[in-house]
Amino acid sequence: MAEPLRWAPPDDPRDLPTATVEKIRGAMRLSVVNSDALALGLLPGMTLADARARIPELRVFDCDPHADQDWLERLCDGARRYTPMAALDPPHGLVLDITGCAHLFGGESELVDDALDRLAHSGMRVRHALGLTPEAAHALARFAAAPAPDEASALRRLPVAALRLEEESELALRRAGLKTVGDVASRPTATLAARFGAGAVDAVHRLLGKAAKPLDPRQVAAAISLERRFPEPVARTAYALAVLKELVVEAVGKLGERGQGGRRFTATFFRSDGMAFPLRVETSLPVRNPPAIMRLFRERIDSLSDPIDPGFGFDLVRLSVPVAEALGPTQLALKGGEERQNGESAALVDALSTRNGRLRIQRLLPQDKHIPEQAQLALPAVENRTPAIWEAPEPGEPPLRPLHLFDPPQVIEVMAGVPEGPPVQFRWRRSLHQVSRYEGPERIAPEWWKASDGALEGHGLTRDYYRVEDARGRRFWIFRNGLFGAETKNPNWFVHGLFA
Amino acid sequence: MCVNDSISALDALRARIDRLGDGRDRRVSGSFSAGHAGLDAAIGGGLARGRLHEVFGAEPEDAGSASAFTLLLALLAETSGEAAQASPLLWLRTDDAMRRSGMPYGPGLADMGIDPAGIILAVMPDALALLRAAADALRCPALCAVVIECWGSPKILDLTASRRLTLAAESAGTTALLLRMDAQPSPSTAETRWRIAAAPSAPLAANAPGHSSFDIDLLRRRAGPDGLAWRLEWNRDQRCFVEPPLPGAVVPVPAPGPAADGGALALGAAG
Repeated sequence: MAEPLRWAPPDDPRDLPTATVEKIRGAMRLSVVNSDALALGLLPGMTLADARARIPELRVFDCDPHADQDWLERLCDGARRYTPMAALDPPHGLVLDITGCAHLFGGESELVDDALDRLAHSGMRVRHALGLTPEAAHALARFAAAPAPDEASALRRLPVAALRLEEESELALRRAGLKTVGDVASRPTATLAARFGAGAVDAVHRLLGKAAKPLDPRQVAAAISLERRFPEPVARTAYALAVLKELVVEAVGKLGERGQGGRRFTATFFRSDGMAFPLRVETSLPVRNPPAIMRLFRERIDSLSDPIDPGFGFDLVRLSVPVAEALGPTQLALKGGEERQNGESAALVDALSTRNGRLRIQRLLPQDKHIPEQAQLALPAVENRTPAIWEAPEPGEPPLRPLHLFDPPQVIEVMAGVPEGPPVQFRWRRSLHQVSRYEGPERIAPEWWKASDGALEGHGLTRDYYRVEDARGRRFWIFRNGLFGAETKNPNWFVHGLFA
Repeated sequence: MCVNDSISALDALRARIDRLGDGRDRRVSGSFSAGHAGLDAAIGGGLARGRLHEVFGAEPEDAGSASAFTLLLALLAETSGEAAQASPLLWLRTDDAMRRSGMPYGPGLADMGIDPAGIILAVMPDALALLRAAADALRCPALCAVVIECWGSPKILDLTASRRLTLAAESAGTTALLLRMDAQPSPSTAETRWRIAAAPSAPLAANAPGHSSFDIDLLRRRAGPDGLAWRLEWNRDQRCFVEPPLPGAVVPVPAPGPAADGGALALGAAG
């Protein structure tokens, strides 16, 4: 519905021709131009040198598709204030499904005015259109030229480019003399499908609302979502947090009615200029405890690299619970109690994960693999709740696997009596270790069954592992990579782990 | 009636004595065995729970031994004593530690008798985040022990920081084990301070490396003598430290008798 055309810094004069450039086919070419540049005759695809020759005062920026995408996603998050069904329409558009939402803002035109105002505040120049289908709105926002009495006739007057077909099909339609959507729609469906493919027919049907394609929203609406709107923007973050606390209490009440506890909570602070700040927290056990949830939100805010900037103030706070799981009523333990203890260590895991990032708090999980570095997985402790069962060692055996594992293994220089023999001494991190005791080799072959054509490239070489102890008693796990003679002429040695 | 009066008077007296202290609830609940009678005797019956204990690695190459000893103390804190219950252990490390001594390896932990499923591993970006997480974790009574591994000597790990850790450990009765690698002992509020190095193991058949052995130095103890040293071997099946068999113990003293018999006996025992 809204198409942000160009980003212009708000303090700059707007009426300067501007373009972004990128390197296409060996030359710097304009990729996107603004309307002023377009009015002066510049077109996307023109080389920069030509454009500069025509318009010397042209302002040029490097094209940055990732930043564009990022900005578009932020706008999309901000547009969720109007409807939960906000979808990206890359590269430069947003589609909002405002069915059933418009009356909350006083009507469709009021909603549109509100959206345009906010976008204008952040320096966006926007074209918009309302349509019965997302495709119709998309086409009308981009191609509408002459005013029309109603939507159907406006759509029929659009050029065939509005169908968003592939370039060849579009050219074929033009060559056949079909210049507008109305021309195409008036032809019999069977003929169209036979000449221009089923895609053309589908496109026409979707554009005219005869076939529906569901919108793919950027975020699926949560089962529980609560919001509080302020008549005047609130510039104090502390007040916004107090409101969030009320919302949390309310959400917890709803969760209690459903017999559920929340695993993920998202608080979104919508700024009056259209920006939105989403904060997400996650718990390892379903919770229904408002102070605990608020503590996590505070941790999250503390850990932000730049604090939440209220700007001209927040005008909407929304709390949603995207993931909830069954949680029965809890009985308070009289004294201590296992349940409480589990909950406390889970709360610690949640707090640490929220502050430092979920990947930093891990639990180890065994894997049924014989390649040593693949025998365990370190998964985020927030999602990995069930304790894993590890294989018990043989009684009486010394440790056969190291306590610390280097991944990737570290190269060492080894002197061995014979190329396929045990090591005599090795140099690791610039110090020399004399091997006084060793056990091995323990041969670990690569996963040859995964190689498609018998070639073992990319699957590694056979490793011969030795448990060695140096003269001072340090125990290492070292291996020779590759069988001497058969796999490699000059096998490298690595230290893979440290024993206790 | 008279008994009730005296009970309430006693309560009042207890409350008054409590107020006379520094107002903190010192929930130090006893001690746990260090896994060896000699070690326990030297530190007054065992390591105190809810206190800070420091373990220094003798050299960076001793990372495996030092972290194993620290984890074994945590294991003993969990399993020994009257308060034995399965509770998770938090192992706090830094990115630097992961780079310098590799990542903890589950099968190897299981080989030492430590259940990897009971370990929550936290990898922090720097020493500041590490100490902050440690102070939070120590206040959580659900953990049996918190292992804080710190490489080098960051400026913020000073006497104040160690005092904070001690206070946090005392507040919930969680034992704090500070593992310092590549660092020199500095003033701290630790209850005990140990230095750990790898020791040559008693060889198995065919001169294979044997069970994990440690050179253990008690560098400091708050209340009692220090400067003691042991060489001990970890027995995983018994979950205790044992004296290693003396080198050459496999060759017995020849029994008095005919020379041929004695030689046969020695050979048989050596085999």
